[in-house]
Amino acid sequence: MEVFSDKLDVFWNGFLGTVQMCLLAAVGALILGALVAVLRISPIPPLRAVGTAYVTVFRNVPLTVVMFFAAFALPLLGSDASFLKIPGLRDIIKPLGTDLPYFRFATIALTVYTTAFVCEALRSGIGAVPLGQAEAARSLGLSFTQNLRHVILPQAWKLAIVPLGSVIIAMLKNSALAAAFGVIGTLMGVVDELVSQEYYDAVPVFLGVAVGFLILTVPLGLLLDTVERAQKKVATR
Amino acid sequence: MNSVLYDAPGPRTRLITLITSIVAVPVLAYAAYRWIYLPLDHYHQFDGKIWAPIVNPGNQYFPMVWDRWKVGWLNTLKAAGLSIVASLVIGSLLALVRRQLLELRMFRMSPLKRIGLFGGRALTRTWVEVWRGTPVVTTLFFVFMVLPIWGVDFDDRLWFLVIGLTLYNSVVIGEILRSGMDGLPAGQREAAFAVGLRPWQTSWLVLYPQALRVMLPSLISQVVVILKDTSLGGLIISYEEALGVSKQMVEAFHRYNIDIGIPMYFSVGVMYIVVNYALSKLAQYLQRRLSKSGYKPVEPAAATLAALPEESAAPTL
Repeated sequence: MEVFSDKLDVFWNGFLGTVQMCLLAAVGALILGALVAVLRISPIPPLRAVGTAYVTVFRNVPLTVVMFFAAFALPLLGSDASFLKIPGLRDIIKPLGTDLPYFRFATIALTVYTTAFVCEALRSGIGAVPLGQAEAARSLGLSFTQNLRHVILPQAWKLAIVPLGSVIIAMLKNSALAAAFGVIGTLMGVVDELVSQEYYDAVPVFLGVAVGFLILTVPLGLLLDTVERAQKKVATR
Repeated sequence: MNSVLYDAPGPRTRLITLITSIVAVPVLAYAAYRWIYLPLDHYHQFDGKIWAPIVNPGNQYFPMVWDRWKVGWLNTLKAAGLSIVASLVIGSLLALVRRQLLELRMFRMSPLKRIGLFGGRALTRTWVEVWRGTPVVTTLFFVFMVLPIWGVDFDDRLWFLVIGLTLYNSVVIGEILRSGMDGLPAGQREAAFAVGLRPWQTSWLVLYPQALRVMLPSLISQVVVILKDTSLGGLIISYEEALGVSKQMVEAFHRYNIDIGIPMYFSVGVMYIVVNYALSKLAQYLQRRLSKSGYKPVEPAAATLAALPEESAAPTL
């Protein structure tokens, strides 16, 4: 147990690293996911096909494969993802600015993977809007864009909160995989650092890592349960 | 599905669509050529040399590669199958036990028993939250590193993978089934009590079978998750599943200065898509069949924009 008094800073840094990676990936995936969702419901068939293809591919491929691809193909495409070294942001989120690209690669892989699930969550929100709303909007003569902007989306985003939340929770947990691809300074990286390299007892280290993840996932899950119950109450009233 | 959001395309819209498609296709093709094909070609990623072991039956490595993949996929299916069965059985038990503990509250009992009951509920709840909130990667690594220390060791790494996946997925499946049972109309449970069934009989004979049916889409998407998660076995505990053998082959070829990383991972990615896509199609088919007869999970009032059956399953990763 002395690992906690000796190495608390390692745990803390790992925790911060995971939080940073997840924040980046969450923002990226929400933006991209919204775009793909718009593609998937657009009236133009080729755009719909692109959206559907994206979701089908990334929903059915393991994240491991996506990460392998990011690590193998991005360097070959001549990119070390340096476009993520955004001035200002890289001062706050230090790993973005480092020379080693692994943190950026892992973030990209996590983002493109989560995007597909965000898209589906948003779409399930749109699908949950009562049919009469869209019909009424159309019979008033609203176009597709007007219909989405003024009628469907304002209702859909509320209905999408719970599925989006479970996507984000899953993403938090998926971020653990990054450590297996040489990303240092995340929660799972702590295991490698303390157990494999410094030979600390494995059990307390795992306990610390698990607690780190539970701090992130459990309160979010409880919050979602509360939101869901509140929404059900409103719906049945 | 969302055709309710816009009118059927008229002549003008059809023309615009046609023109955009005609313009978009060459633009996309050029972009793919310029930013994907050219850089990859520059690094000789399209050379016959690195694709031949996978696509050319005449190549000397071809039988070896596909032989390894056969082994890998069989191992993947073995691990996935065992984990799925174990997760379903243990998850069902967990759901039934949690329901039973909840039902027992309404009985009269000694304070000591009541404390025990409360402890039981707290314990199962904690168990669920801990394994559900911890990444599978962590669970798997934990099982692999710590179980041998505690004297539980296996020669075949398959069992570490199965235990790790089952710890996580049994809890998830348990929660799916429990929320399925809770979501049934209250009359089901009340009627069962009225005809004199005990609480556990009510859960097991009346609620559980219906929950299985209602929750089938979510269960199948969880099955897809299990299948995808077996790929962690190759990476974390060096179990020889489909992705693991691909990784081994990439490293083996690398020693002969043949870099087949991209073809290998691309091909295995395609295989995963095919297998999982087939699984989710099966889910849709099953749901359509179930919705034709018997109990309908959705309240009749809720007519919504949702039309595709796959979407009624909560998206899980």
